[in-house]
Amino acid sequence: MLLNKLKVFKSHGSQYIPDLDAVQLPEIFRGRPELSECDEETARELEKMCPTKAIAASPFSLDMGRCLFCGECARRAPQAIRFTNDYRIGASRREDLIVTPATRSIPFAHDAVRKEIPAMFAHALKLRQVSAGGDASVEMELNATGNVNFDFGRYGVEFVASPRHADGVVITGPVSRNMAEALQVCYDAVPDPKVVIVAGSEAVSGSLYAESTEVDRSFFERHQPDLWLPGAPTHPMVFIEAVMNLIGRRRRGEQTKK
Amino acid sequence: MKWFTTYNNGSAIDLRKIPALTYAEFFEAMRERLANPACHVAHYFGVPVEETRLRVWAILLDDAEHTIDVASYDVDYYDEDLPSLTKEFPAMHPFERDMTERWGVRYDGMPWDKPLRAPSRSARRGGTIDEYPFYKMESASLHEVNVGPIHAGIIEPGAFRFICNGEKVLHLEISLGYQHRGAERQIETSESLLRQVLLAEGIAGDSAVTHTTALVRTIEKLAAFDSSKAGNLDVERTVALELERMAMHIADTGALCMDVGYQLGQVACEALRTLTINTTQLWCGNRFGKGLIRPFGTNFPLTDEMRQTILKNVAEIRRRYNEVRQDIKNTPSLLSRMEQCGLVSAQQMQRIGGVGQASRASGLARDIRVSHPWGVYTDRIAHQSIIKEQGDVMARLMMRCREVLQAADTIVALLTELDCSVATPAPQWDVKLQPYMFSTALVEGWRGECCHVAITDGEGRVVCYRVKDPSMHNWLALAIAVRSEGISDFPICNKSFNLSYCGHDL
Ligand code: SF4
Repeated sequence: MLLNKLKVFKSHGSQYIPDLDAVQLPEIFRGRPELSECDEETARELEKMCPTKAIAASPFSLDMGRCLFCGECARRAPQAIRFTNDYRIGASRREDLIVTPATRSIPFAHDAVRKEIPAMFAHALKLRQVSAGGDASVEMELNATGNVNFDFGRYGVEFVASPRHADGVVITGPVSRNMAEALQVCYDAVPDPKVVIVAGSEAVSGSLYAESTEVDRSFFERHQPDLWLPGAPTHPMVFIEAVMNLIGRRRRGEQTKK
Repeated sequence: MKWFTTYNNGSAIDLRKIPALTYAEFFEAMRERLANPACHVAHYFGVPVEETRLRVWAILLDDAEHTIDVASYDVDYYDEDLPSLTKEFPAMHPFERDMTERWGVRYDGMPWDKPLRAPSRSARRGGTIDEYPFYKMESASLHEVNVGPIHAGIIEPGAFRFICNGEKVLHLEISLGYQHRGAERQIETSESLLRQVLLAEGIAGDSAVTHTTALVRTIEKLAAFDSSKAGNLDVERTVALELERMAMHIADTGALCMDVGYQLGQVACEALRTLTINTTQLWCGNRFGKGLIRPFGTNFPLTDEMRQTILKNVAEIRRRYNEVRQDIKNTPSLLSRMEQCGLVSAQQMQRIGGVGQASRASGLARDIRVSHPWGVYTDRIAHQSIIKEQGDVMARLMMRCREVLQAADTIVALLTELDCSVATPAPQWDVKLQPYMFSTALVEGWRGECCHVAITDGEGRVVCYRVKDPSMHNWLALAIAVRSEGISDFPICNKSFNLSYCGHDL
């Protein structure tokens, strides 16, 4: 009996990623898109083909908050759009998710973060997750942030079972009509000051469901998210890197403080 | 002729060839067929044809004959005397509830006429999803426990109401619909095929490959496209499906270990799932296989290098996962939690129309790969379903364990000799679809049978799209499984099924 366990233990080895800052995703991963100026006609064609209305022709831009990273636009016009494996794409301001031909990295606006967030949560941030029409993929990636590989708990960031234990909510999904009230109830139950994080492009904008009659996004008319995370789904590294910036333990683009 | 017969590997059907019965004829035809244990309903739905008129379609699968049989009837808003099939065949229940909710069709004597998804345009007026009429038992010695819609972990919402006598569960009722976001409506009103494909990828993200495969196959049939002649397309789709099966079964093994407090099994499975989904990511850039399944072709034809990477990783996962399996089987404290817990008998599964791995764990051999083969299952792979008789949590776990190993073997069989120099076509987005057609495709995902249906109009536009996730059949199995168990065993019963909320709610 013990022998079996030792075998599992030995094969498992060490899976933990020692330095999360050094993580590189494979080349093929579709993260931050890069745009190049292109002719009007191509831009119009791209605008028309994108099913999530993420692309605008003039001025030419791509809104990651709507985009599902399907990559089809980059196949249609590789000279105009290219996806990089850069996962540093979470932002504290919604408008920072809009990529233009001038964008070569996504800024993280630390001055747009409410002061109490880094002051209170830098060393412990407990979150309550609410799935509201999410497709379970973002939810699984959020779960993965705490798994044996990523172990985000090492920085004190964890998901908890009750809003009463939480410092904020993480919302996934376009917010289905039938979840609108439960989301509000959950938010109200979190003690102040509280953080709101939207994870996944569906949560950021509604994406394909933005116009569905079965979706109710009125929550966002009342409450302003502190962190916007695009993706379909949001990769665990997108979440981890952006939350580290939100709580002030990293400054994107600068030498990391250990 | 009451039924029009087709095959999963066959083509779309001319709408005009499908007989329209009266309800009385349909009712008798269904009763006759459903009395045969080899038959079950894969889908049953209505489509409005005129202001007050509905055309109702039923898709019946005959596992023994390998056929897909389609029948239809017309019903008018004011028609009466439609006896319910649910009374005799509880498997019909979610479908009849759906018909009542969406279109106001009343089936006489249908028990528990309750909301299914509580959509905004429900024909059932008044009341919100929170006013779901849960079953009640009045007694001073009983109490109710409500869980949800938001659950304690990072999972999707649904409301569970238990009636307990002390610790013991007498009854569980599950109210769903919180995830309803109008997926079918979005698909049928989409202007582009790409949009439909992206919607399919998000029907249930943990089954993105399964649902997208079902959608592209449904569409390809409408263009008489033969995927078996498109290079390695069928092989690649099957490998993607089996990687998804491995990833999710491993995730569920880990989740079950976690819920019984067995950390070694949990972390070992977490790492193995990571390796599996990272393999998918290396192939297509997304850990859930989004982007991998495309209509009429692929953006990621397997290179020889990728083929070898998959083979290498799959061998590694298989070896390590098998050690976890052996360990679980030889740990008495795990067995004592999982054996004889959450029982569902074969007979119960049959009555409720259970499908997929959960049905096979109860001794009911439902498996599309065997009963309604398509692609590689028609020639290259002679699939043999794994069947277990016990119907408990342990059987569902061991089913997963064996299916992971089997999926690995299928991948090895498909890839070992695969010639990657064969040209597999790129996707096509502007293919003209045939007019007035009815097309359906079935895919056995890791949860079970997934069924998609499309109907085109005179211009070849998809005017009706219907999706069925296997969870639609199986949620009732969970409710049955927890009866007379301690309420503290609910988490492991639930994880042993791991059903989809978003796939059900659409
Ligand atoms: S990758 Fe994003 S922007 Fe490009 S077509 Fe897909 S959804 Fe639109």
